[in-house]
This record gives sequence, structure tokens and C-alpha cells, in this order.
Amino acid sequence: MKLRLRTPALSAIAIVSGAIVLLGYFIRIPLLSGLRSVFLSWALILSAIALVVGVLNLFNVHINKLKAGGEQAFFSGILMFSLVVTFVVVVFFGLTSQASLWIFNYLLLPVEASLVGILAIALLYALVRLFYRKLSLFYIIFVATAFFVLAATAMTVWFDLPELGFLRDWVTQTWSLGGTRAILIGVSLGAIATGLRVLLGADRPYEG
Amino acid sequence: MTGGAVEPNLIGLAFIILFIGLMAAFLLLRKDPLQRHLREIPAFARFRRSIGLAVESGMRLHVALGNGGIQGLRGASGLIGLSVLQRISRSAAISDRPPTATSGEAVLAILSQDSLRSGFREANAEYQFEPTSGQLSGLTPYSYAAGVMPTVHDEHVSVNLMLGSFDSEVALISEAADRTESLTIGGSENLNAQAILFASAQEMLVGEELFAAGAYLQTGKTHVASLFAQDVLRWIIFVVILIGAGLKLAGVL
Repeated sequence: MKLRLRTPALSAIAIVSGAIVLLGYFIRIPLLSGLRSVFLSWALILSAIALVVGVLNLFNVHINKLKAGGEQAFFSGILMFSLVVTFVVVVFFGLTSQASLWIFNYLLLPVEASLVGILAIALLYALVRLFYRKLSLFYIIFVATAFFVLAATAMTVWFDLPELGFLRDWVTQTWSLGGTRAILIGVSLGAIATGLRVLLGADRPYEG
Repeated sequence: MTGGAVEPNLIGLAFIILFIGLMAAFLLLRKDPLQRHLREIPAFARFRRSIGLAVESGMRLHVALGNGGIQGLRGASGLIGLSVLQRISRSAAISDRPPTATSGEAVLAILSQDSLRSGFREANAEYQFEPTSGQLSGLTPYSYAAGVMPTVHDEHVSVNLMLGSFDSEVALISEAADRTESLTIGGSENLNAQAILFASAQEMLVGEELFAAGAYLQTGKTHVASLFAQDVLRWIIFVVILIGAGLKLAGVL
């Protein structure tokens, strides 16, 4: 049987450091708080190193796509070229140099803004698709509420309709806010449970 | 403690200890399988079926882990995505096209590779593992979505599982998946993403259903125990809110 010593060692590190950070948050003892700060600063440094590893992974993925050829190879080539050029420009001229800002303002920003434009169409398409795919009472309420809030917001801007404004606020600030809080309580409990499972070593996403 | 009031930090610590105690109690004291007490969630039933179908038809499962990293509330949904990734890589390791994962954050991308490798190893199929199957697709929300779309289109994906922290950009991924007629199942801690997934995904996980994924996909007993602990605490919070509202109505608070 192959014995893997790596997993228990990694689990021990994760559990001990997690417990110190958690206790340092709740209990104000100088030693715990100091250790917590040290661990958090290490985590920040490791995150920065992970970013470099991640970018190398991205590069590797696209080298493979370029080698494989096909429709996507051209776009992978553009991505790799852009990555190298941006890296060189930022390293040689600095992060806030005119050349770096030019790349940000005239390439990155417009491309991301165009995706926001596509997003609006994708949302509209999703709404239309909703009707022929899964029409149920909940979906009708969902769409009707969205239309009502949009229409009421637009109409209260142009016309003096205090009753409509009151009704819109009642929907968004009473019903919607109540539902939002209920969902957030459930999500928070789920997030705490997830964190505790990692802390107790039951979930080990790092054991590969 | 100051002036007789209980230190808020100690209430938090007590809450955590109670949570751990309840998890341990459900894990150790209940002899019958807790799994059979779970209510049916259609998204998980459909997903379980689709894993088998994907393996049989030689198609790929894709897990989009979002761009929330592993810290805070956003990170919790990414960690759930990693648990599910590990579980499905175990089940679909023998497929001609093993599962793939896309992330919008570097730590999440590295952990996705670890989760895939660990799942393959448990299935004695470590030879299937390729480091590029857990990939970083982009570092901003929209570049991430743009990076995921070719994966959905070109890698013979039959099931797209979006489990992680997303925002409105999830609509782009969902729309790309819809064009390939693949199954889309989504869940996020983010309310904007939940609303969009409600309209665009074929199956969605509402609110805390995302955090039940591990329990429903048989990731481990601890997942089921923690789900029961969450239920108990939810009832406690519900009663406290009701008492608070009653006291407020009575003019005491």
C-alpha cells in the first residue's frame, strides 16, 4: 500500500494555522493576534505567488491550444502575444506609465465594456427563453415583479405618482428585502459550515 | 467584557463552538444514514443522472468555479465548487474526456488542479490528470467569462456546473452553454448571480442549496452532518428573530 505522508502534514498545517487565525479573531491575546497577523501576511504573499503560477498556467493552456491548431489557435496566439507585450511594457515602463495606462484605457477597458453590452443582450435573451422553457407560477411572479419595479421606477421619474412609488418601495423594501435577508442568513450559515469543515480537515481541497 | 455587556466576539466564538458541537453530534450520535432524511432537490437529482450520461457518451463535465477566491463569503462558494469537483472527478475519471474546471482566481485554479488530481487518484486513474484541466481563465469577472466561453463551446462539454462566486457575468457563461444545448446547473452566494441563474440556467440552486451540494452528491458524512447543524441553527435564528420582532412590537426593544 502506498503511504501518503503529504496529506496528513498538509491537513495539520491547515488546521493549526486556521485555528490560530480564528481564535486570534475572537480572543484578544497579544500572542494570538500577533501570530494571526503573521499568518495573514504570509497568506497575502502566497496569494501573489499563486497569481504568477496562475498566469503561467493560463500561458500553458494557450500554448497547448496553439499547438493543437483549430479555430481557437488564432485567438490563443493573440492572447499570448497580448500577455507578453503587456508584461514587457509594465516591467520596463512601470505600472502607472503612459504606455501601461494606454493599454488599460484603450484596449482592456473597451473590450470589457463591450462584454457588458453583450451581457445586456444575453439577459434579454435569457428572459425570452424563460417563457418557452419553464413556465411556472414562480417564474411568472419573478418576471412580473421585475417588470413592475422597472416600469414603476421609470414612471415615478416622469410623472407625479406617489402611490405607485409607495407600492414599488413596498415591494422592494419589504418583500424583496425580507427575502434577501432570509437568503443571506442561509448563505452565511452555509459559508460558516464550509469554513469549519476546512478548519476541521474534513474538506481538503489541497490534498492533490 | 465592558459594563456588564457580553463581548460580541465571545458571542461569535460561542456560536462557532455550538456549530462544531452540533456537527459532531450529528456525525457521531445518529446511527441511521442521515442521507435518507434529505429532501429532494431537482437540480442534484438531474446532475447525478447527467454524470453517468456524460461518461457513457464520452462527453466532458465542466465546473466553473467563479472568481471569488477562497476567502470570506465569496470564497465559501468556491470551496463548495472544489468539493463537488473532487467528487465528480472521482466518478467521471474513467471517461474518455475527463472533467475540466475553470477559475477566475489564481488560488482557486491551483486548488482545482489539486482537487482533480485527488479525485482521479481515488479512482485509480491518476494517469488521466492533466494540469491544464484545472485552468485560470481570466483575472477579472468579464475576462473570466470570456475565457470560459470557448471551453463551453469547444471541449465537448455536456454538463456545465457553475458553482462559485459570480456576478452578472454568469449570464454570458450560461448563454454560451445554452447555445451548445448542454445542461446548465448553477448556484452562487451572490444575489445578482442567483437572479440571473434563475432565468438562464436549466436548474439552479437557490440560496443555501449551494452549500448542500456536498451532502447531496455524497462527498462525505461531514457534509450531511453540517447540513443538519445548519438546519438546527436556522431554527434558532428564526425563533430569535420572532422574539425580537415580538419585543419590538410590544415596545420593549
